[in-house]
Amino acid sequence: MTLLSAPPQTTAGPPPAAPAPLAPAARLLPALAAVYRAQLARAKVARIPLLFVATFQSLGILVMMRGVVDPGDNAAAHTVVAGSSVLVVAFVALNLLSQYFGRLRATGGLDHYATLPVPAASVVLGAAAAYASFTLPGTLVTAAVGAWMFALPAAHLWVLLLVVPLAGAALSGLGAVCGLLAPRQEIATLLGQLGMSAALLLGVLPVERLPQPVLWLRDLLPSTYGVEAFARTFSASPDWAAVAGDLAVCAGVGLVSLAAATLAYRRATTR
Amino acid sequence: MSETDRRAPRAAPQGEAAGTPGRRAGQCCAVRDLVKTYPAGRGAGAGAGPVRANDGITLDVRQGEVFGLLGPNGAGKSTLVRQLTGLLRPDSGSVEILGHDVVRHPERAARLLAYLGQESSALDELTVSLAAETTGRLRGLGRAQARSQAADVLTELGLEGIAGRPLAKLSGGQRRLACFAAVLVGERPLLVLDEPTTGMDPVARRAVWSAVDRRRAEHGVTVLLVTHNVIEAETVLDRVAVVDEGRVIACDTPGGLKALVDGDVRLDLVWRTEAPLEVPAVALLAERAERTGRRWTVRTSPEQARELVAAVTTGPAFAALDDFTLATPSLEDAYLKLGGRHGGLAK
Repeated sequence: MTLLSAPPQTTAGPPPAAPAPLAPAARLLPALAAVYRAQLARAKVARIPLLFVATFQSLGILVMMRGVVDPGDNAAAHTVVAGSSVLVVAFVALNLLSQYFGRLRATGGLDHYATLPVPAASVVLGAAAAYASFTLPGTLVTAAVGAWMFALPAAHLWVLLLVVPLAGAALSGLGAVCGLLAPRQEIATLLGQLGMSAALLLGVLPVERLPQPVLWLRDLLPSTYGVEAFARTFSASPDWAAVAGDLAVCAGVGLVSLAAATLAYRRATTR
Repeated sequence: MSETDRRAPRAAPQGEAAGTPGRRAGQCCAVRDLVKTYPAGRGAGAGAGPVRANDGITLDVRQGEVFGLLGPNGAGKSTLVRQLTGLLRPDSGSVEILGHDVVRHPERAARLLAYLGQESSALDELTVSLAAETTGRLRGLGRAQARSQAADVLTELGLEGIAGRPLAKLSGGQRRLACFAAVLVGERPLLVLDEPTTGMDPVARRAVWSAVDRRRAEHGVTVLLVTHNVIEAETVLDRVAVVDEGRVIACDTPGGLKALVDGDVRLDLVWRTEAPLEVPAVALLAERAERTGRRWTVRTSPEQARELVAAVTTGPAFAALDDFTLATPSLEDAYLKLGGRHGGLAK
C-alpha cells in the first residue's frame, strides 16, 4: 500500500515510549545578555548612520532655538538644551526600535526568536537596553554642545547617566509596543515617527509659551520627565528632590512600558 | 488506485493522539486531522471565502528519517510546518512531537526542535559567527559552549572564510547556509527545515546534506524537510508526503511513489523550429503530447516509446529534431499522476 489511505497501523504498533526529554530553556539573564550583545553588534552594520542623524537633528534644533532663546541661566534655555538631548533618546529608542520590531514582525523575523526557548522578556529587554545604549554618546554630545551654546553649567551632565537609561526604558518600551502591535510595518513606522515628533515639540519648546491643553499632553509623555529632570540640573542650585521625583516617574513608566512590551511580544509571537 | 483511495486520508483513527499521552517507540511526529483556515485575504476579491490552508492533514514521521513535504507553492506545506513548530495554532487536530502535545504546549516545540524558516531578517545584520553563537545561547547553551559549537559548525559547513561578514552582505545561498549553521548550534533531536537549500550552489547543498547525514548517523536526528524541488526530494528523502491544496495526497518512499507510474516512460522531444507535422508519427504524437514551445513531452509505455524514438530519429523528423531524451519516471511524474496541479514543482 503506497498511499496514506490506510494510515500507519495504530493497533499492532511497537510499544509506547515515554515523551522525549525537553532540552533546557535559555534563562532570562544569559539570554538577555546574548540579545543585548547581538543588538550592539548590529549597530556596527546597520545603525551608525541613523545614530549620526539622531545627533545632528538635535544639534540642528539647538542652533535653530539659539536664534529665539537667550543664552544664560533661564528656564527656556534649560528646556531647550535638555529637550534636545532627550530627543536623541526618543529618536533612537522610540522611533528606531518601533521600526525595528515592526520590520521584524512583518518579515517573519520574529519566528526566529519564537522558535527558540528564550523568555519574551529577554528579547524585549535586550533589544530595548541596546537601543537605549546607542543613544548615550549622541545625548552626551548634544548636551555638551548645548551647554556651551547656551552658556549653561556643564557640571551636572553626569545626571544623563541616569536620565538616558530611565527615559530610555520608558521610550524604548513604548517603541517596542508600537512596533510589535502595529498590524502593518508602515503603521509601526508612523507611530514611531509620531512619538518622536511629540517628544520634539513637547520637549524642546519652552514650557511658558505652550497652551494648557498642550501642557496636559506634555505631562502624558514619558520623555517629559527625563527632560524636566535634566533641565533642573542647569539651575544654580538644583532641586535634587524634584530631579529624583522626575527620574522616579521615568523609572515607573519604564517598568510599565517594558512589561507592556513583553506582553506585546508574546502576543505577536503566539498566533 | 481509485479516487476514494486517494482522497480518504482523513479517516485516520484518533484514539492515540487524542487519548493516551504515550507515543510509539520510534515515532517522532504524529499529526492527526490538522485543519487550519485563514480568513479571506483582502486582495482575494469579493465572494472569496476563507482559505483552507490545511484541510485535514494526517501523517507520521519516524525517528531518524528524512521526511519530506513536497508540493507546489501555496500547497500548505509552510502552514503545516508552522503548526508543528508551535508558531501557529491549528483550528483543530493534534500535533505530537516526541510524545509532547505541541498544540496544547506550543512553547515546548522550541525545546524539541530547531527550525529553519524562510526568512533571515532576525539575523541579517549579524556576522555569521555571531548569528550562530547567539542562536546557540538562546537555545540554552552557555557562552563557552555556544562559541565552541558555533565554531565547529562553521568549520563543518565550510563557512570559516565568511565568519566575520554580516549575513546581509552575503549572497542568497551563503546566507541560507549561515542560517542553517545557526540551526545546528544547540543540538535538537528534530530539525524542521523549510526549503533549506534555496539559492545554494552544489557545494553548499552537499555541505547541508552531509551535515544532516552525520547528525542522523551519530545522534539519530530526524529531519522534516519542506521542498518543492523534485530532484532533491528523490535524492535525500527517506519518505515523502505529497501535499496539494492543503491535503496529503500520497505518502511513501520516493521509490514507492514512482512505482505508481511504473511501466511508463517519459519521452521529451525538442524541435529545432517547427515540428514536421507532415510525418504521420509526429502528427499522431501532436495530439497527445504536452507541448510547451518547441518541447514536447509524452508519457507512454516503453514499447510505444521505442517505436516513437525510431520514427523521430529517421528521415525528415530527425532533421527537424534538436534533442530528445527518454527517461524513467521521476517523482514529478508520480506527483502529476496523483492529481497534483501542474507546473508548481521545481526540477
